[in-house]
Amino acid sequence: MLLIHCPYCEEDRSELEFRWAGEAHIARPENISAISDEEFAEFFFLRNNEKGLTYERWRHIHGCGRFFNAARDTISDKFLMTYKAGLPKQPVPASGEGETR
Amino acid sequence: MRKYSVFAIAREAMRAHKGWDAQWTSPEPRASYDVIIVGAGGHGLGAAYYLAKEHGITNIAVIEKGWLGGGNTGRNTTIIRSNYLYEESMDIYEHSLKLWEGLSQDLNYNTMYSPRGVMMLSHNVHDQQSFKRHINANRLYGIDNEWLTPEQAKDFVPVLDISKTARYPINGAALQRRGGTARHDAVAWGYARAASDRGVHIIQNCEVTGIRRGPNGEVQGVETSKGFIGAKKIGVSAAGHSSVVMEMAGVRVPLHSNPLQALVSEPLKPIFPCVVMSNTVHAYISQSDKGELVIGAGTDQYNSYSQTGGLQIITHTLDAICELFPIFRRVKMMRQWGGITDNTPDRSPIQGVTPVPGLFVNCGWGTGGFKATPGSANLFAHLIAKGEPHRLAAGLTLDRFRTGRLIDEAAAAAVAH
Repeated sequence: MLLIHCPYCEEDRSELEFRWAGEAHIARPENISAISDEEFAEFFFLRNNEKGLTYERWRHIHGCGRFFNAARDTISDKFLMTYKAGLPKQPVPASGEGETR
Repeated sequence: MRKYSVFAIAREAMRAHKGWDAQWTSPEPRASYDVIIVGAGGHGLGAAYYLAKEHGITNIAVIEKGWLGGGNTGRNTTIIRSNYLYEESMDIYEHSLKLWEGLSQDLNYNTMYSPRGVMMLSHNVHDQQSFKRHINANRLYGIDNEWLTPEQAKDFVPVLDISKTARYPINGAALQRRGGTARHDAVAWGYARAASDRGVHIIQNCEVTGIRRGPNGEVQGVETSKGFIGAKKIGVSAAGHSSVVMEMAGVRVPLHSNPLQALVSEPLKPIFPCVVMSNTVHAYISQSDKGELVIGAGTDQYNSYSQTGGLQIITHTLDAICELFPIFRRVKMMRQWGGITDNTPDRSPIQGVTPVPGLFVNCGWGTGGFKATPGSANLFAHLIAKGEPHRLAAGLTLDRFRTGRLIDEAAAAAVAH
């Protein structure tokens, strides 16, 4: 089970309190009714599914209830950092810093 | 290839079993092939076999990063069934089930296919309505599936707790009698032996690191840890790593890779006659011919390539198993492992052409790819040979995520992953 740092509660809590919420930093097109089927499929279905560093959203559903973003390594499952929703994609800290697990 | 038979065993018994041949060869790769298949699991090896057997293409290499059958083919819970809801799904899984029935004879290899029945437990009115809908859909399509009362279910599986006071009371069950299990390693080995016998090269411990494309975008071959290998056509059948391999050709596929766990108990005397699944409380269980209880757990909620998975997923499943089958409460679990499943948004597989000429994909089998092995391999071979999908796989295209013709198979995994 993962130990996840909620950037709002500023606490490390068990994965049981959280819901994974998909890839981070995907903006819904503002002209959604005007885009082509290809563009819609790209926005709606296609995800990076990275092996290695991934940026993803989590929700602290059994805590503060808020969404936030995380950078995680999908091979080791190690969280590299978590940060508040709305912030731009954050650079990953050098190894050893900011790890929550 | 020397045929396996009772006479072969008798002959070898006379000479201390010194005359058995290697089941497949391990050649060095040629400079190029007609077809390269990436991934030597059941689906990939099977596709090579059917290409050679049914389509006369034998200049094939199956390239595998690890060892043959070492991925999800060797990590699943070996369940076989075809009781899906939609025609697109029933087509391919029933095609597969029919091939399972004759597979051991076809391959001259005992795949230990055992049609012992797959039972799905219903715990509430919603389950009952949903299962009866499946049963009716299946029967209209010519696939066996039947409704059992709790008492009939208990007759079939005597260790089932159907008491009214049970924590998860049972109000009936759906049973597909032709469903069952098979020996997963034997499937990979049987296909490997039969394909190798027809001249297919199986190249293990050789990782594909890139897909080379020509001036018109068509595939030219693959870069590997053993150097460049040319190919006119490439079929990707890389399960949890399909996204990674397809990315090498610049094609994005709508997949999430998630760990899925399974575990086995210490071996017991025969006690469990079929496969039992419960969607609602999330448990599925069968007993292997070796006597171990084989138990499937759920997927982790996040993308991962770690081949492990969280402990809370397993304990959740074991809680349910212990409630449904109180007799197993003191059974010790011996081994646990994870595999990386490739899940699509509609939980139906993708098999079809790609925007890259000469590149074909077979992925998205998610948590239920084992049962599909012969059918998927057979139809994938057709796709690669003809360049267009077989009628039975025509709905499984990559393009459906653009057109919106999804196959929203809620029953894709009998347990809700």
